[in-house]
Amino acid sequence: MEGWLAPTELAGGFLQFLILGLVIGSLYALIALGYTMVYGIIELINFAHGDLFMLGAFFALGLAIWPMGVTTAEAPLPALVATVALMLLLTPLFCAIVNVSVDRVVYRPLRNSPKLTVIVSAIGVSFIFMNIGLLWRGATPVKFPDLISDANLLEGTGLRFTWKDLMVVAVTVPTMIALTLFVRYTRLGKAMRATAQNPVAAQLMGINVNRVIAVTFAIGGALAGVASVIYGLYIKAVDYQMGFQNGLYAFTAAVLGGVGNIPGAVLGGLTIGVVGELAKAYLGAKWSEAVIFGILIVVLLFRPTGLLGARTREKV
Amino acid sequence: MKRLLQHWVVVLFVLLAVYPLLPVAEATRGEQFTHLFIYAILAQGLNIVLGLTGLLHLGIAAFFAIGAYTVGILTVSHFPFQQSFAVAAVAAVVMAALAGVLTTAPILRLRGDYLALVTLGLGLIVLYAIRNLDPITDGTKGLGPIDAGPLPGFSGRNLESWRLKSDWGRNWYNYPYFYYLSLTALGAVMLLVRNLEHSRLGRAWVALREDELAATCMGLNPARLKLAAIAVGGGVAGLAGALYAMALRHTGNPQAYDFTLSMLMICCVILGGMGNRNGVLLGTFLLIGFDRILTSILDNEIQAWVGSAAPYLKLSGYRLLIFGLVLILMMRFRPEGLLPARRIQRELHPEYDEAVGRAAAQAELAETAATAAESPAPLPLHASNAPASDTQHSFR
Repeated sequence: MEGWLAPTELAGGFLQFLILGLVIGSLYALIALGYTMVYGIIELINFAHGDLFMLGAFFALGLAIWPMGVTTAEAPLPALVATVALMLLLTPLFCAIVNVSVDRVVYRPLRNSPKLTVIVSAIGVSFIFMNIGLLWRGATPVKFPDLISDANLLEGTGLRFTWKDLMVVAVTVPTMIALTLFVRYTRLGKAMRATAQNPVAAQLMGINVNRVIAVTFAIGGALAGVASVIYGLYIKAVDYQMGFQNGLYAFTAAVLGGVGNIPGAVLGGLTIGVVGELAKAYLGAKWSEAVIFGILIVVLLFRPTGLLGARTREKV
Repeated sequence: MKRLLQHWVVVLFVLLAVYPLLPVAEATRGEQFTHLFIYAILAQGLNIVLGLTGLLHLGIAAFFAIGAYTVGILTVSHFPFQQSFAVAAVAAVVMAALAGVLTTAPILRLRGDYLALVTLGLGLIVLYAIRNLDPITDGTKGLGPIDAGPLPGFSGRNLESWRLKSDWGRNWYNYPYFYYLSLTALGAVMLLVRNLEHSRLGRAWVALREDELAATCMGLNPARLKLAAIAVGGGVAGLAGALYAMALRHTGNPQAYDFTLSMLMICCVILGGMGNRNGVLLGTFLLIGFDRILTSILDNEIQAWVGSAAPYLKLSGYRLLIFGLVLILMMRFRPEGLLPARRIQRELHPEYDEAVGRAAAQAELAETAATAAESPAPLPLHASNAPASDTQHSFR
């Protein structure tokens, strides 16, 4: 306990932690969307998703170092903007390609196998990704270029909301809105929802189910790619094990919101972010992880299908 | 006796039992084997939960940790308990089983993947608790040294008369004692699992794994069965944890009880063959043996052969890659594991039963034809169980 704060300070502190939590939470939400979409369609807990996120961060780091050569915020503004734009463009592409290839090579031949078989394969893919990350950048954390200013946008109000925080919100919120609109209003989105509801019926209606699944993996991968760039720029350090921890949080977020449910993943991500930050502030950093999983368990006890999950019967 | 010795598991146990008596025995290798036995016990615990009952439990390491820390708390010198090993081990089993029941009871109504995630969360919460509850667990340092007698009222310091070989040392914590303790425990657990499989309880577990709805309709109580599975499996895992802390004489780094251990154990169970105790034993020996023993040997060989110690030449740098590839290839080509349980193999290879059925039908047809022709042709003796050429016989 860091000592009791004065009432005004406490209110300001609370608001501050709330802001921080929402920012971090929108990052988790972005990763959680990848989990939730894949789960919604093929009922696979994609254990490799977090590690894909890690590979994305390494790729973005590579982009900053090699073609751009921009590794500090002192570089001229156009170079900074170009670097971030290139990262946000190529990293999702890279992650999408990797994710679709993995689906094609590993998961697709197992389409009719029992669930456990596919989950174990996903664990295998996760191991391979982690090892690739280890060979790529070594076992110790690597500094990620600090490209965005830390200047406070809310100077004078007693709160802190930096350009970095703004960047997170400015990237994650439009991405999530675009995804929601895509799934709700486009033909492909409709095909995705149909496949999620009943793959066989969708196939009978002329939907190319394998293609829809590939698109889902591509979108999920791209979201992980976006999240990895944002994460790298925000946290400023990456290592080969970051995928596990953050993937776990994101997956918790997905389950908390009701896995397979897109708004649920966003809600879950924000909840996890806020709860984590508040626990960090009031209970100490070392308990925040335990609190997050405690909340997860409590929520699942009372709503076994998550906050927004439909009360469906298990597919038999 | 002769029939008993024909089974490879028995032969393996006999070979392992004589190993410390051989002149080639080394203390380091013996300690590595001891750990192998301990992980094999843990894998059998998971096998009860995952393999027999079909609950995807992603936090088996939690029970391992609870077992280890129970032993730690009951034996280290700065706590007032100062119990002997036998007492501590029993307490560890009870604590782990209790923890299993208490943590699983509220989440029984969760299904499939939700259950998996909550068990994962439970495993992590136990790990964080161990790491953070400094006054009890000594945080990241771990509890130690564990330095108690094996039985109440028996300090066991001087084992002069028990020594079979001069290099075994005179203290019980020299490796052969834990080697035999762990090997005996592993044998006992294997027997326990074997008897459980054939018991009413074990058959009920398998029924639950195969089809929960059908099992419930047959009058089984899924909640009670699942709790029993987690209690027995958790208890066995707790025993493994207790042995681990004893053999290490320390609870070690809490990192040893993290999610990776749970994952590794799942890999062992799946690689060997879910629900088949011998398969699980083989899977653990292969995977953990490769990870803990073979890699270091091979690394030395490679370095001696190439003449450089570059990090990319170290096999240990590729261990996750190798695990991952093994898992993926197994799932693709032999999802039932190396030594599959018969039921699971049939489930994953429906063509086997179809082939058997077809062969039986053909045999019947031939028989009818033979009878119709009133020829004294001998009946095809083996036709009814002729295996199709592309399937393997399962053996348990």
